Amino acid sequence: MSEPAADGPLIAVLDYGIGNLHSAHQSFCHVGANAHLTADRGLIADAAAVVLPGVGAFGACMRALHDSGLATVAIDAAADDRPFIGICVGMQLLYEGSEESPGVEGLGILPGQVGWLPKTEIRPQMQWNQLDLTDAGTTDPLLDGLDRSWMYFVHSLVGPGAPEVTATCQYGGAQTAAVRRGSVWATQFHPEKSARAGLQLLTNFTRIAGADA
Amino acid sequence: MTVVRVIPCLDVDQGRVVKGVNFVDIVDAGDPVELAAVYDQQGADELIFLDITASHERRDTTVEMARAVAEQVFIPFTIGGGIRTVDDARRLLRAGADKVSINSAAVARPELVAEIADEFGSQCCVVAIDAKRTDTPGLDSGFEIFVKGGREGTGIDAIEWVRKVVDLGAGEIMVNSIDRDGTRDGYDLEMTRAVADAVRVPVIASGGVGGVEDFAPGAIEGGATAVLAASIFHFGEASVAEAKTALAASGVRVRPPE
Repeated sequence: MSEPAADGPLIAVLDYGIGNLHSAHQSFCHVGANAHLTADRGLIADAAAVVLPGVGAFGACMRALHDSGLATVAIDAAADDRPFIGICVGMQLLYEGSEESPGVEGLGILPGQVGWLPKTEIRPQMQWNQLDLTDAGTTDPLLDGLDRSWMYFVHSLVGPGAPEVTATCQYGGAQTAAVRRGSVWATQFHPEKSARAGLQLLTNFTRIAGADA
Repeated sequence: MTVVRVIPCLDVDQGRVVKGVNFVDIVDAGDPVELAAVYDQQGADELIFLDITASHERRDTTVEMARAVAEQVFIPFTIGGGIRTVDDARRLLRAGADKVSINSAAVARPELVAEIADEFGSQCCVVAIDAKRTDTPGLDSGFEIFVKGGREGTGIDAIEWVRKVVDLGAGEIMVNSIDRDGTRDGYDLEMTRAVADAVRVPVIASGGVGGVEDFAPGAIEGGATAVLAASIFHFGEASVAEAKTALAASGVRVRPPE
């Protein structure tokens, strides 16, 4: 099995007790990160970078994040310039709220609301789709080498189309696939389930974490 | 725009892949990790493992298999077979499976669909149906749900059933035709289309693939967003890459093999 690499940068994958967090953790270990799936505040504080994964409903994930005490930890980690990445619902949680769970406040790390994908399309988008990098995306080290690469998406809702979008995919129009604001990155797709292209992105993130440490 | 997924399905007994497989360069044809890696290299978009382990006690081996696959292969995979409770689902998802598929257990207790969807999200709750053509009065769609590996009719109309399970929270429907399973005559396209038209979630066509030319009709005429096959891949008759080439040649959009 893939063990955390002792000499790799310490990456804390936030464990707030929802479904499959194992894959995000494993995939970081696989690309040579010293990754730990953890709810330990001390370890998270020491980490070179923080990962917020997520699957399921926005409201349920926010509740689990609050129940585990990790909501404020995530907000603090995103504010202090350490590399931070939200994945899938973990990306959606970064916004102020979501049409999926009206009345539930998001983390508010990124501005705007998460909305439903167009009604004309099959929901969820459950498929591989191709990334189109924006101008900002072409200089983003996270997406280095990944223009037109294929990533695996599973989602019915999506982040707003502005600002800070680094990549889109076509699904009933251009949909936000990745964003970056300073040291906060997020992807709507699952890099940990996107074969070699996804592992490349995780390698890029690990490199960013290492350079920053 | 839909990008159609190609999904090999592997039968697993006590954590070992059973049936065929003649790949060169493979050390252990029963090793799920090794086979999953081969299909990943060929460009498989997802994998489905169907657990046929007879004894409930021995299903721990399936959880271990999920863990081993998730540690080495980074594409989505589903585990079906033998999942009767939320706890069964939880163990597989925690071990690294992305989705669980339920079939007879949902017929026996439809609330299981809602329980799994509520706890883990619709995206990981696949309902598989085994259906067969029927002229029984009262089954208006002409398709009946079967259980026990397709041996026992339920008197449930297949189209009413898929609407119901989607309402309960199923995020994807896998449509297996009992009439076509093992025949190599191609998917039951009318059945697949009837399901795809009845629900707004992704539909996987299954049962009856005899050659790569059978895939595209499942997507075009059947309306499926994913196409599944077992034996043509396992016996090395066609690779996933060849399946995708055939789909693309028919105008179906696929993720090209690397």
